[in-house]
Amino acid sequence: MQYLLLIYENEKRFATGYDPAEMKEYMAFGETYGKAIKGGNALRATTTATTVRVRDGKRLTTDGPFAETKEQLGGFYLVEANNLDDAIEMAGKIPGARFGCVEVRPIETFS
Amino acid sequence: MSELEDVFRTEWGRILSALIQTLGDFDLAEEVLQEAFSSAVVQWTTGAPRNPRGWLYATAKHRAIDIIRRRTNFAEKQTELVIREECRTGNFIEEDSAVPDERLRLIFTCCHPALPAEAQIALTLRTLCGLTTEEIAHAFLLPTATIAQRLVRAKTKIRKAGIPYRVPSAPDVSERLAVVMAVVYLVFNEGYSAALGDTLVRQELCAEAIRLARLLQALLPEPEPELDALLALMLLHDSRRSARVQANGELVLLAEQDRTRWNRAQIEEGCALVQSVFQRGPVGAYAIEAAIAALHASAPRAEETDWRQISVLYGRLFALHRSPVVALNHAVALSMAKGPEAALPLVDALQSSLEDYHLWHATRADLLRRIGRTAEAVSAYQRALELAQNEVERKFLNRRLEELAF
Repeated sequence: MQYLLLIYENEKRFATGYDPAEMKEYMAFGETYGKAIKGGNALRATTTATTVRVRDGKRLTTDGPFAETKEQLGGFYLVEANNLDDAIEMAGKIPGARFGCVEVRPIETFS
Repeated sequence: MSELEDVFRTEWGRILSALIQTLGDFDLAEEVLQEAFSSAVVQWTTGAPRNPRGWLYATAKHRAIDIIRRRTNFAEKQTELVIREECRTGNFIEEDSAVPDERLRLIFTCCHPALPAEAQIALTLRTLCGLTTEEIAHAFLLPTATIAQRLVRAKTKIRKAGIPYRVPSAPDVSERLAVVMAVVYLVFNEGYSAALGDTLVRQELCAEAIRLARLLQALLPEPEPELDALLALMLLHDSRRSARVQANGELVLLAEQDRTRWNRAQIEEGCALVQSVFQRGPVGAYAIEAAIAALHASAPRAEETDWRQISVLYGRLFALHRSPVVALNHAVALSMAKGPEAALPLVDALQSSLEDYHLWHATRADLLRRIGRTAEAVSAYQRALELAQNEVERKFLNRRLEELAF
């Protein structure tokens, strides 16, 4: 099964850039789970976000994320895992889990 | 027919656990096992087969194959292939073939932390204990539809989120076992808080919880002291069941209970378990609580209760769990060991966290009554009465108030 591991943290922590020690941890995570990781990225701050809606056929574009929350989506991994327990184990090894939280979402399949 | 009921009680969880392992599908396993029991009602009229478990397992599996054959979904066809493979290898039709015991997988899956607590409880009672949805609803005083919905959502999540059907690997097992034990204890407490007038099904939850703890004890590869302690705790509480409530539904205080009505065999087993847990090394919260219950249970008369020791144990429990309710119990024990004057300041200090808890007011009222500050005791009892929900507890508080009026 595939799972999306969504990393939520208070993005203020990255206002002045990334901590090099933490970056190294992310590199190590990538190496450990290299085979399982199908994709993933860090995201720029929500201040750079744009929200798009279509209502009555008209496109509405606004700035910022759709809702104000304490923790923001800051990055993600797409991983292949045998089951939820294996995905949970990977999620627990993401450095961001120590500061914010990681949501584990199974990928829907259409047959 | 009662023979079949016995088989149902003892075999449901075991056969279901094996079927889920083979079929990889909770719903299908449950459906076909239900049907196998229905067939048994008809076919066992002249007596049960030599191996009832094997008969039920084989019948349910046959039925599952019929159902799968009629389905067209590709994913399910794959399951069928696995089963057909088993048929070919010949270990399937044999009624006498051993039915694998997969109940440990089943309980860890039902109590997976990715499921909400109330779903863990419902699923455990339904699958391992074989309680019907109606019985669970009855026991928890909830509409059947609510329990049915919890079960459906839980099974959907197991399937769609990929919750595995397995015993967790070594590094996770203690964390996961804590969840399982919490579920068992919640089942017990739901039954224990049931009073007279409540249905028998509610009180049977205590027996189910004890059965689950014993089952876990038998299935775990390594002995687990906290599980032994939990079993002891439940046995010791349950030993007082028939002495706790009067015929008129009034709660009987521990000090006033008729100790000859306590279940001696359960007390002996509980005390022996506590002793062995404490001998084995560092103890957890269940062990400390069980030791407190054991001290109460071994006092021949209420006046002979070792309150000094109990107060020490509550102190240790508070060191593990800094909960205000534990602190309140510690104060009660201290009041018995050293007098109400020594305990009152401790109780008063808990006001900000327990102001809305009826037992905080009831405890305070009791201390004030014993010190002789009657007017303050009366108003504390009145406040406790305003907050108490349980009818049995309300009766008790009313009686105390009446006594103070004279």
